[in-house]
Amino acid sequence: MDFSTISSVSLITSLMVAATPILLAAIGELVVEKSGVLNLGVEGMMIIGAICGFIVAVETGSPWLGFLAAMAGGAAISFIFAVLTQYMLTNQVATGLALTLFGLGFAALLGHSYAGVKPPKFGHLDIPILSDIPVIGPLIFSHDYMIYISLIIIAAVWYFLTRTRGGLVLRAAGENHDAAHALGYKVIRIRIMAILFGGAMAGLGGAYLSLVRVPQWTEGMTAGAGWIALALVVFASWKPWRIILGAYLFGGITVLQLNLQAAGANIPVAYLSMAPYLVTIIVLVIMSSDKKRASLNAPACLGRIFHASS
Amino acid sequence: MFKLERRPIPSKAMVILTPVLAVVLTMIAGGILFAFLGKNPFEAIRIIFWDPIFNDVVASYTRPQLLIKAAPLITIALGLSFGYRANIWNIGAEGQFIMGGIAGGAVGLAFYPTESVLIFPLMILAGAVGGFLWAMIPAFLKIKFNANEILVSLMLVYVAINFLGAMVTGPLRSPVGMNFPVSRNFNEYPSAYNGELIANTGLHMGVLATLAVVIVSYILLKHHIFGFQVRTAGQSPRAAKFSGVNPNITIAICLGISGGLAGMAGLFEVTGPAGKLSTNFPLGYGFTAIIVAFLGRLNPIGILFAGLLMALTYIGGELAQFQLSVPAASVQVFQGMLLFFMLAVEILVNFRIRLKKKEVA
Repeated sequence: MDFSTISSVSLITSLMVAATPILLAAIGELVVEKSGVLNLGVEGMMIIGAICGFIVAVETGSPWLGFLAAMAGGAAISFIFAVLTQYMLTNQVATGLALTLFGLGFAALLGHSYAGVKPPKFGHLDIPILSDIPVIGPLIFSHDYMIYISLIIIAAVWYFLTRTRGGLVLRAAGENHDAAHALGYKVIRIRIMAILFGGAMAGLGGAYLSLVRVPQWTEGMTAGAGWIALALVVFASWKPWRIILGAYLFGGITVLQLNLQAAGANIPVAYLSMAPYLVTIIVLVIMSSDKKRASLNAPACLGRIFHASS
Repeated sequence: MFKLERRPIPSKAMVILTPVLAVVLTMIAGGILFAFLGKNPFEAIRIIFWDPIFNDVVASYTRPQLLIKAAPLITIALGLSFGYRANIWNIGAEGQFIMGGIAGGAVGLAFYPTESVLIFPLMILAGAVGGFLWAMIPAFLKIKFNANEILVSLMLVYVAINFLGAMVTGPLRSPVGMNFPVSRNFNEYPSAYNGELIANTGLHMGVLATLAVVIVSYILLKHHIFGFQVRTAGQSPRAAKFSGVNPNITIAICLGISGGLAGMAGLFEVTGPAGKLSTNFPLGYGFTAIIVAFLGRLNPIGILFAGLLMALTYIGGELAQFQLSVPAASVQVFQGMLLFFMLAVEILVNFRIRLKKKEVA
């Protein structure tokens, strides 16, 4: 085995690239869950975003338009979930699963003529002098733009949830929907907006996969990333900043196992590929084992159906 | 605008009517989808729902497929339905299906080339145990560490897929397979082969097992204390606790049953229709079975019909792929829509839709 091919600077930059899709999807889902809704359709929304972004980027030649289309696509498909769970009062677990199954199929349908196509290149930050500093330059000043945007989104969500009135109302809907309703807040409207935001973020994360990380379109390319994002929200104890920590941890493991594969480690590839999923399970176990703490952090109305009787 | 009014008791008629309504709505939405793809919607719907059974040209091939595809879907969905009633969400049946196929297949291959009538029953047992143990992982982690069974069981699907890859490129690789990542072919090993019992019907041992599971599930659910416990655990966990239901045992049993049945279905699949272990073995039955469980309203008889219908969409979808050259994924979209509509019309069981009069402020 040859470890010298693994350089630590490129390891960290590729770790951030690997982490960004799940980071974006997880921050969206965090807002959804904070409003009291459990949307298990992240995987489906991500893959829809991946293909919408891919198609628009290829057809227009602009990755930026692609990312916008991915957000629109993710939000559009999450709207199905929103209508079903909020107006038709369907079971959120089952509806989320349906969204994932439908999304995977629909994305494959949309994308069947786009396999093997190369998307336009997405730019990265290049500041004269700063980006050229050894080590610090590649680590801080030369990532692609979406990495900075994803971190800005995290900060914005943190600010919104903890420092604004709108965030307070959203959390109220998630903690006690009956009380929020009694105070005159539109629980259903708040939740639908949260679901749409979650869909847009998942779509953006998906497009990052197909436009930057891979960059290509293949059927089922999300390969469980949406589910890992769901686990990440639990890992983060519903706190925005911890999403970064968790996402980069997962990104690190993914990149490390890919590097071990490339370096020709003496372990069959299949076992190395299990690593991200096994780590997700281990992390879930650790974060959930303290029942009291887990239930303190989780929104109290998570997954419960709200129907105003009067 | 419309207003929802809760019915005093759930509507009996709607329980039967809603699945039919969901299918009709899916046909309409599916027709629109095919029209968008530039195909004649009526022809597409006919090819998917009518031709596989009644078209003389293709039916000799497609009719047997109906049982072959429906059997695993029904078996897995029945297992899942117990848990879903009790609010225990095993969505990793696909992984349990794969592990059952690997475990049972490995036991059979270990005996190669010994011939004995005991080998196949042993393989069935090993398949069920393989799926059962795989499902015990989320059960154990849920009971002991409160870890969400949805996420754990789903993660284990990806682990199982990779494990399958490791097995067919490693210990279980066929010595005569020219280094392809496939296991030995079961149809060359009579003691381990799950062939058709009656030629050209698709009837294999797994189909008989499925029928047995339908009957046993029905009795369990309607006439056994376990059915009552599962239902109360789902509707009111507190009430269930007071009536002496241990939630941990319910979790273990529900996940265990679904895992065991999925594993058994995996074994029947790998030794019969699939014929060998390979990386193409996972067909998504474990996920489609979730749709089947809901479409059948978690009721054993309902699941039987839902499984047959879903098998029909698989076969009809394949036909449509050949005859109309629609993409393979359109079947998946179709099935996804069916689940959406099924969930949406569910509301008619418990609610009445009324026109809302404008209220005076």
